[in-house]
Amino acid sequence: MNDKPAILELKSVNKSFGPIDVLHDISLRVRAGEVLCLLGDNGAGKSTLIKTLAGVHKPTSGQILMDGQPVTFTGPSDAQGRGIATVHQFGGTFPLMSIGRSFFVGVEPTKGWGPFKIYDRKRANEIAVKAVRDFGITRIDDGDRLVGGLSGGERQSLAIARAVYFGARVLILDEPTAALGVKQASHVLRIVNESKKRGLAVVFITHQVMHAMTVGDHFAVLIRGAIADDFRKGQRSREEITDLMAGGETMAGLEAQVEGYMAEHEGHPPSFQVLEGSAAP
Amino acid sequence: MMDAIKSVLRRPEAGSILSLIGVVLFFVLFGGASLGTLVGAASWVNFAANLGIVAIPVGLLMISGELDISIGALIPAGSMTTAILTGYYGLPIGVGIAGALTVGVAVGLVNGLLTIRTSVPSLIITLATLVAMQGVVLSASVLLTGTASVALTAPGWAKFLFGQLIGGSHQVIIIWWIAFAVIIGFVLHKTRYGNWLFAMGGDRVSARNAGIPTDRMTIALFVLSAVSATFVGICQAILFNSAQVSGGMNFIFNAIVSVVVGGVLLTGGFGSVVGIFVGTITFAIVSQGIYFTQIDRNWSNLIIGVMLLVAVLMNQSFRDLALYFRPRGKRSLPREPANP
Repeated sequence: MNDKPAILELKSVNKSFGPIDVLHDISLRVRAGEVLCLLGDNGAGKSTLIKTLAGVHKPTSGQILMDGQPVTFTGPSDAQGRGIATVHQFGGTFPLMSIGRSFFVGVEPTKGWGPFKIYDRKRANEIAVKAVRDFGITRIDDGDRLVGGLSGGERQSLAIARAVYFGARVLILDEPTAALGVKQASHVLRIVNESKKRGLAVVFITHQVMHAMTVGDHFAVLIRGAIADDFRKGQRSREEITDLMAGGETMAGLEAQVEGYMAEHEGHPPSFQVLEGSAAP
Repeated sequence: MMDAIKSVLRRPEAGSILSLIGVVLFFVLFGGASLGTLVGAASWVNFAANLGIVAIPVGLLMISGELDISIGALIPAGSMTTAILTGYYGLPIGVGIAGALTVGVAVGLVNGLLTIRTSVPSLIITLATLVAMQGVVLSASVLLTGTASVALTAPGWAKFLFGQLIGGSHQVIIIWWIAFAVIIGFVLHKTRYGNWLFAMGGDRVSARNAGIPTDRMTIALFVLSAVSATFVGICQAILFNSAQVSGGMNFIFNAIVSVVVGGVLLTGGFGSVVGIFVGTITFAIVSQGIYFTQIDRNWSNLIIGVMLLVAVLMNQSFRDLALYFRPRGKRSLPREPANP
């Protein structure tokens, strides 16, 4: 697995906006059929990193390589053209469009000729429904339904199926499970797995450690714009990762404190003030 | 039968059709209007045609997430340009028409370019061009002709095409309106360009990322609405053999009300040409058809206000109906196990 060439690779990438350094010396690689989980708290630089991968930002210094060749993305559409697809938190962004129509936005299938070339609704619906059902979302069966009526998980699935259908090789998933319930999130995780099986390289951005550990092969923890830890599946426990993301020992410390309080107070959890007060040195 | 009704209710124009039925019923039952006279009357049809030609492009802009109120100044701009060039300077009517349409293209380009280049909402931009164009039209008219009202005589062919009264009562612009609605309806609902408009109204950034030329589309829409407004001005000048610098301001709110009653979502991404068409008819019947009833004319604005609210509320619930609709019993593909 390790010897497969990376589809997408960052080599000591730095990004600063004016005097503010946002990304420091980031080196990452994603291989085909592998899920790279990017973990980090809010403000750790995750969105800047995604935007750099998706061609929105250009690195201030450092290199982006695709299939071993250095590339410079001229913009998001250039990155898309090279097979990098980004799926954002809320998936389908056109809630009042039908599944078929939103699936083919910008590349609508048509029939007829000349000025009478008309949008081929039937074909668009069939392809869209089939693409998303192939990912195991069988509840979607009518391409005329509006995207806004789908559940959050179904929308994500639709967006991922769309990216794959249009030839994505690298799938960047920006917090796909953040706004979802447990069942919906498991839908999405199943689709991430399915994408992996199909040989896609997946970059999965999340701060939910459990979701990351379910599908991830390779993990990178981002703290204040730098990679604080980089490890493979099974090398760290959930607690270790959570603590790392939160910036050290605070989580474990907090847990021990709560447990201690509960033992002393007949199982009642402490109020917030108690924790605040005792946490002060 | 129930299924057919339900599928109509999920469409964007459902609210406008119900509003139309409601208004006509109200006029017939409580206003004592005879249905035959109401349907056959030319006054509201003429009113609707003039309004409708402006309302359709305003609706398209609204679907794409923009607004154009400069149309209020472009209707007199169109008629004054035609009248000054043809009536005052004695140039051929073709030149007058071309000049008026050029004014439309120019203002549309300004509106469109300012909208895509700045982050100022198009409501404010077109408010500025509205006021500016009023000033331009008045000053130019006074400067060039010394008056604010210019007469013109159009030759037979121009009269036939743009200023004819069919059967002595129905303006020829009605035919232009219907043809325009059919063409735009086809483009919006049957071609890929229509899909692009809905996508732009839904989310402009995603639409651009999907490869849609959002800037060019926006400019084209503003040009279309400005040209349509000057076209209405041209037709009016040729019909009435004269043009005034004032007038046209009513069109702004009338067009917006027609479009919103027609089921177009003010924030964009949803609507239909049939809806805009029916919305315009409904509006025209309330404001003109009231003369055929025993209801005092002064009440018509109250009716429009109530109708607007009711229509928007209806549109909202029908939109939800469309959003959460799932066909029952009907399966286009065989079921598969959820986890393959």
